[in-house]
Amino acid sequence: MSATEPLLKVRGVETYYGKIIALKGVDLDVFEGEIVTLIGANGAGKSTLMMTVCGTPQARNGSIVYAGEDITLKPTYEIMRTGIAQSPEGRRIFPRMSVLENLMMGGMVAGNDHFEDDLKKAFDLFPRLRERKNQRGGTLSGGEQQMLAIARALMSRPRLLLLDEPSLGLAPIIVKQIFEAINELNKNDGLTVFLVEQNAYHALKLAHRGYVMVNGVITMTGTGKELLSREEVKAAYLEGGRH
Amino acid sequence: MDYFLQQLINGVTLGSIYGLIAIGYTMVYGIIGMINFAHGDIFMIGSFIALIMIVALGITAATPLLLLIAALVLVLVIAMALTAFWGWTVERIAYRPLRGSFRLAPLITAIGASIALQNFVQISQGARNKPLQPLVQGGFQLTDGGADGSGFVVQLSYMQILIIVSTVVLMLGFTFLINHTSLGRSQRACEQDRKMAALVGVNVDRTISLTFVMGAALAAVAGLMFLMYYGVVDFFIGFVAGVKAFTAAVLGGIGSLPGAMLGGLLIGLIETFWSGYFSVEYKDVAAFSILAIVLIFMPEGLLGKPEVEKV
Repeated sequence: MSATEPLLKVRGVETYYGKIIALKGVDLDVFEGEIVTLIGANGAGKSTLMMTVCGTPQARNGSIVYAGEDITLKPTYEIMRTGIAQSPEGRRIFPRMSVLENLMMGGMVAGNDHFEDDLKKAFDLFPRLRERKNQRGGTLSGGEQQMLAIARALMSRPRLLLLDEPSLGLAPIIVKQIFEAINELNKNDGLTVFLVEQNAYHALKLAHRGYVMVNGVITMTGTGKELLSREEVKAAYLEGGRH
Repeated sequence: MDYFLQQLINGVTLGSIYGLIAIGYTMVYGIIGMINFAHGDIFMIGSFIALIMIVALGITAATPLLLLIAALVLVLVIAMALTAFWGWTVERIAYRPLRGSFRLAPLITAIGASIALQNFVQISQGARNKPLQPLVQGGFQLTDGGADGSGFVVQLSYMQILIIVSTVVLMLGFTFLINHTSLGRSQRACEQDRKMAALVGVNVDRTISLTFVMGAALAAVAGLMFLMYYGVVDFFIGFVAGVKAFTAAVLGGIGSLPGAMLGGLLIGLIETFWSGYFSVEYKDVAAFSILAIVLIFMPEGLLGKPEVEKV
């Protein structure tokens, strides 16, 4: 793979839910080592794009190439074994498993060799999880569940981390903690992050580059700073203050 | 008291067999939310495979003890393997193509699979009863009936010990498998959130197949025990045993593994005690009445999990 080839290359992707089209030909690149964010309103298709990358649902047209390999039509479990991990919308913690078991599920594709090290890393990143180690996932607070969802995704030792709305419904201080953790992972470990957010201000400040999605198509792209300063972005996504 | 003890022994034995079958119902329900009505017939096929093997190997009660044990272990292993293959096939043909369709569709094919298996065995093996001479004879006399011989003689046969001990061992091993191994965790993950399970790299279809395989293997053990305990099988035993084991799974809380074990035990005990103290004819009425009463007051069953989860 040449240096200019993106780690994740999405080309002309169209995704349908039955007869309803959700993505109308999306092009998007994520390069190794980047934090890329996708912002947009509710129902724009952001989560659909993230799920399409993971093959559930599969794209009807277009292609998704990851690390030089076409993964468009691969089954989900195989995609998730190639170094992609997702912390999905709604967090989807296994409710009747302990925190530790949730992390074990995340670490399944990475094998047993590094499990203890990875576990320690995850607990160092989110110390709250260490305290809650043996508690059932379903009884955690929203913020703790979000931390667990991210930690679970990290346990698979991903090259590309997909994060779907990690700030949704959380107190500002927790959002800050989580965004700091993402930044650290990117800086220290060189983890590539693709972040879907409604919280456009925080996301664009954190990201190297951003995309704006409206009704299943990408309408704008640029560096985080550029997008933050564009009037259309300000008007549509940043009105009402920087929270 | 002696009579009570005897009924208790008989009830636990019967309950063990029901419990082993009930696990198959409850696990499949847990993971894909359907009642596998063909499971009772998988149990029946397990007992037929065991019978054919026993006859083919020429095992009788006269076989030397060590050889008898070795032969029975061999029969058990092969019966489990072949029955598991049947379970896998039923899932592959009758249920997997319907995944994602409406909920009733696999239930209907389950009934179809049940009828198909029964008829297949009826045609290929004949409709008549298949008897088997007792292989494991003798036992302990726990009471001698008193000095004048007027009391009740309580017997605990070696066969009963064999059934109860193997069931306990299997259930312990199985509980360990579900709670502490990677496969068991994957199964629970699929049960709790199939989509998320795929997103952490679980091969969901394979995990579901393995659930059927494991349920069928346990049913094969129950089939061999049933065959050796009652000494007679026919193509229809899967229906009654299946309904009872299903009742056991619902009584214990469908989807719950300890619930299936407890439910099996209870149904076995209720049936035996009712037969012992009241009337044999109404033993099924007793078992199903208790089920109805429990479900009125505890709709999730005795150990079932409440539907509401904080997520």
